[in-house]
Amino acid sequence: MSKARLLALAALFGLVGCASGNEAPGSPTMAKIRERGRLVCAVDGAVPGFSTVGPGGAFVGIDADFCRAVAAAVLGDATKVEFRPVTAGERFVALSSGEVDLLSISSTHTLSRDAPGGNALSFGPVFFYDGQGVMVPKASGIRRLRDLAGKPICVESGTNTELNLADRMRELGVAYQPLRFQSGEQAYPAYEQGRCAAITSDSSLLAAKRSGFKDPAAHGLLPELLSKEPSAKVTVQADPAWADAVRWVSHTLVQAEESGLTQANVETRRAAARKDSSQAEQRRFLGIEGDFGRQLGLPADFTVQVVKAVGNYGELFERHLGPATPLGLERGLNRLWTAGGLHIAPPFR
Amino acid sequence: MKPVLRRLRAELFATPADAVLSTGLIAVLSLAAFGFLRWAFTQAQWAVIRVNSTLFAVGRYPVEEQWRLWLLLWLLFAATGLSWGVLRSHPRPDRSGVLWPRNDRIAATLLVVLGLWRPAAMGLSLSIQARWWGLVALLLLVRWLAGRFGPRFGPLGLRLVALMWPVLYLVGMVLISGGLGLVAVSPSEWGGLLLTLLASSFAILLCFPIGVLLALGRRSDLPLLRWGSVLYIEFIRGAPLITLLFLGQNILGFLLPGGLAPDRIWRAAWVLTFFAAAYLAEAVRSGLAAVPRGQLEAARSLGLSYPKALQHVVLPQALRVALPAMVGQFISLLQDTTLLSLIGLLELLGTARTVMANPAFLGKNAEVYLTLAVLFWCCCAALGLGSRALERRLDPHAVPSAT
Repeated sequence: MSKARLLALAALFGLVGCASGNEAPGSPTMAKIRERGRLVCAVDGAVPGFSTVGPGGAFVGIDADFCRAVAAAVLGDATKVEFRPVTAGERFVALSSGEVDLLSISSTHTLSRDAPGGNALSFGPVFFYDGQGVMVPKASGIRRLRDLAGKPICVESGTNTELNLADRMRELGVAYQPLRFQSGEQAYPAYEQGRCAAITSDSSLLAAKRSGFKDPAAHGLLPELLSKEPSAKVTVQADPAWADAVRWVSHTLVQAEESGLTQANVETRRAAARKDSSQAEQRRFLGIEGDFGRQLGLPADFTVQVVKAVGNYGELFERHLGPATPLGLERGLNRLWTAGGLHIAPPFR
Repeated sequence: MKPVLRRLRAELFATPADAVLSTGLIAVLSLAAFGFLRWAFTQAQWAVIRVNSTLFAVGRYPVEEQWRLWLLLWLLFAATGLSWGVLRSHPRPDRSGVLWPRNDRIAATLLVVLGLWRPAAMGLSLSIQARWWGLVALLLLVRWLAGRFGPRFGPLGLRLVALMWPVLYLVGMVLISGGLGLVAVSPSEWGGLLLTLLASSFAILLCFPIGVLLALGRRSDLPLLRWGSVLYIEFIRGAPLITLLFLGQNILGFLLPGGLAPDRIWRAAWVLTFFAAAYLAEAVRSGLAAVPRGQLEAARSLGLSYPKALQHVVLPQALRVALPAMVGQFISLLQDTTLLSLIGLLELLGTARTVMANPAFLGKNAEVYLTLAVLFWCCCAALGLGSRALERRLDPHAVPSAT
């Protein structure tokens, strides 16, 4: 049994206190990826805009592209990804058992998932800020949560969503009728047929489902959010070096947008920065100065590989989720910190 | 026309109450049918099926290797035609040797209509349409040739045809997965109908011998064998399939040293196999119980060894009795493959889930589910039809007739 497997096993049972500290400069996961020549990346496979399979058989979506970005950083080739569709229920087991190297699935960062005594997972920076929203028909005249008093609300049973709704409504002292459904495939048609006055789920999912309605413009989201759902990419806690590499790939996407680097211009910008020694920050980011890539166990130009493969964070958002797509999500909290959003990359130095 | 009208009147409109009931029911049924047809032809947007047809058929199988699947399809069609023709040329006891009985003429017409209309209706490219025409033409041609010249080969022909299918299955496995000079295609890239059929056929083929052995084991006089079989059967029957599938997917990685665990598609297929074997064992056991003890005793007293008596006397009778129950098991196994979508495999239902989540096709659930239902119905109907044909062929009491 390999070391990575042992560590993963220990992690599963929450036994890891301070395993594999500094003794190994490299990461066992990264060594494994290099040895097999491809990254095994878990995606959900059925979340609109995040990961689905296109008609040609390729995985499409912002989560799928993150896998490609990591493969580009580690192996220098964005196509060297083996996508592994896993369901929400088994994602963490698939990760801790070593079946997959990385979870690129919208997973909310919570304490119990993070803590060594809980799931002992390692979360990257928040990749997508989401929150639980409530959708109502615009014609219904419902403007606030309080207006839902005594009205039926469609919700998926056994989910966090259901608990959040109950918590918030109790806080507000509003009595409502929960209409529970086994799955979204039943809940959304029921809402569209008018069986409930509102439906609640993650805002991004609500917007996505709305775009499939007969008349999407007739439905709107309430301004209040029931919960915050910051989701991030997940690796095992037993391999901190690998977690760091994934974390900085995520930062790279954000920093590239802030620096104005795109899939199209990154090569020319690098050529310009090579000649111009005054662009110190750009030179560090693009791996011309310093050895930041090596410190992470990645090639010096991993940032360039990442941006060349998938573009920057803004490009990813526009391509898969933004107003030009059927989903038509607003960037909102997912704007850069310089534009009033929450995405910020720590300095590359 | 008259007798038909009279019969309708006698059966549907005999009394005023009957008439009211019949009218009401007919009205409701035709309203539902009308609503469905209006939806299917005016409101439904079938683009979601047309655009994703490759995905539904073979999943993420690489485009440049798909010729192998086409080749396999040609072989399958030819083999089907061959078996069909040879079986017709060796008539079963209750049939005269008519080469093209009415059922066959209907089937051939259906095939031609489907082969010409379906690809065109799906808007497939002309070259793909032509391939489907070619496939149907090949099937009918081979069927005709085999029917015409089959009798010349006598019983040897039948035996060769029976041997052809296992060989073809192995050839198919090589064509699908690669090897022997072909580029390997990782199982993680198989999907859609291909994966559904592969997983279910694998499980059906393997669960049969395992199930028979388990059933014999359960009736064995050796305590260890008997209790082992009972324990296995009751354990498997006591656990839901989905928990076993989760176990196979997630725990096997821990238990086996790195790299030794088979690909997860094979793990799922083996779990399906072992699961179905337990249920099949019970079906076979019911068949064994239906064979009078005297049969075995008579065979033994004639000097047959125990295995020979089983093989030639007991099992043929038992399996014939158990056949309907076994086929029921196979059909439910085929439908159980949809559970693979819950462990993240992109078989038919998994493909459907991802297609319905594609931002371009959101909200097209009805079209996708209907297509899925039709596909599954076709597969299950084929199994059912095949089993009934087999039952008739094996029926020892069939009376030769002149139809």
